[in-house]
Amino acid sequence: MAEATANGLGQHTLHGTQAHDAAAAGIAPAEVHQEHPIRLYLVVWAWLFILSACSYLVDYVGLHGYLRWSLILIFMMLKAGLIVAVFMHMAWERLALTYAIILPPILVLVFVAMMVFESEYTLLTRTLFFGTEP
Amino acid sequence: MADTTVTHTGQAQARPAGLQGVAADWSSDQRAFKNVSWGKAMMWIFLLSDTFVFGCFLLSYMTARMSTRVPWPNPSEVFALHIGGSNIPLILIAIMTFVLISSSGTMAMAVNFGYRHDRRKTAILMLLTAALGATFVGMQAFEWTKLISEGVRPWGNPWGAAQFGSSFFMITGFHGTHVTFGVIFLIIVARKVWRGDYETGRPGFFTSRRGRYEHVEIMGLYWHFVDLVWVFIFAFFYLW
Repeated sequence: MAEATANGLGQHTLHGTQAHDAAAAGIAPAEVHQEHPIRLYLVVWAWLFILSACSYLVDYVGLHGYLRWSLILIFMMLKAGLIVAVFMHMAWERLALTYAIILPPILVLVFVAMMVFESEYTLLTRTLFFGTEP
Repeated sequence: MADTTVTHTGQAQARPAGLQGVAADWSSDQRAFKNVSWGKAMMWIFLLSDTFVFGCFLLSYMTARMSTRVPWPNPSEVFALHIGGSNIPLILIAIMTFVLISSSGTMAMAVNFGYRHDRRKTAILMLLTAALGATFVGMQAFEWTKLISEGVRPWGNPWGAAQFGSSFFMITGFHGTHVTFGVIFLIIVARKVWRGDYETGRPGFFTSRRGRYEHVEIMGLYWHFVDLVWVFIFAFFYLW
């Protein structure tokens, strides 16, 4: 995988001589789009299939507990990373755009933490009020 | 856009006083995303806002599932299909996942051929993407029909916590709507590519602006996002 991605990075071409000159001078080119070999997309596609099959196997084999949850999260993050980085070309965008788009969703984790406390409190009050047996 | 000039920062620029100065500062040629066209930047910002929408759906699902005393129905059994005399867990969802990932792959290749000005291959790959997307929606309709016939409602179901139904219909319904709109726009853009609108500079029917092959990539961003959301729904709703 690392090999294929590096390959794609090395071969991608910028359009127009202006872009090449600008890149050589260390200035951000005014208008750029990338062209990558089709092979890169096929490799990523294959990996997405493999990772999806793995996450399906987690359920099929019937793993439980922390092993199941951590495997689900690992496969999920790998798939999401591949889609955003390669299919959505985020790996080749300017850092200003990457940060502006990738960082805000991380703040959702704060919301998650808040709602975890909230639901534990709700569960506690429900258990106290209704008793332990449903 | 090609007609925008890059701002040279570091030089103090004269501004009109008062509200006019505020308007000038916000509307003049200030660009944060230097080499990114406004179309692509705005699609990314829209996708960011959509991320929060789906994030809130998944959060409310988490809250409902964590705070209920009633056991949550086991998705592995609920979404099992009876094939060949045995129940195969989650098989329909797995096939839907593979269909959507495949549509993402064809879309990525369509963007690639678009930039090579290969109209035929771009249009065919986009229509293939749309067909796979429509297949996904069809399978989702089948899944909804099956669950509704088994008695799943937004206010209850035969297996456990009532919130299961409301979370399921809300999350997958919203995602399916996104896929449906994606299919419609894929067909529109594929038609434009096929007709050569981006070569001849034919004005769009709604915006009256000339399009470029970048539209295929912007369409691709939306489509990959739909696939991305499914990755999270698959992990949190179906597998967890």
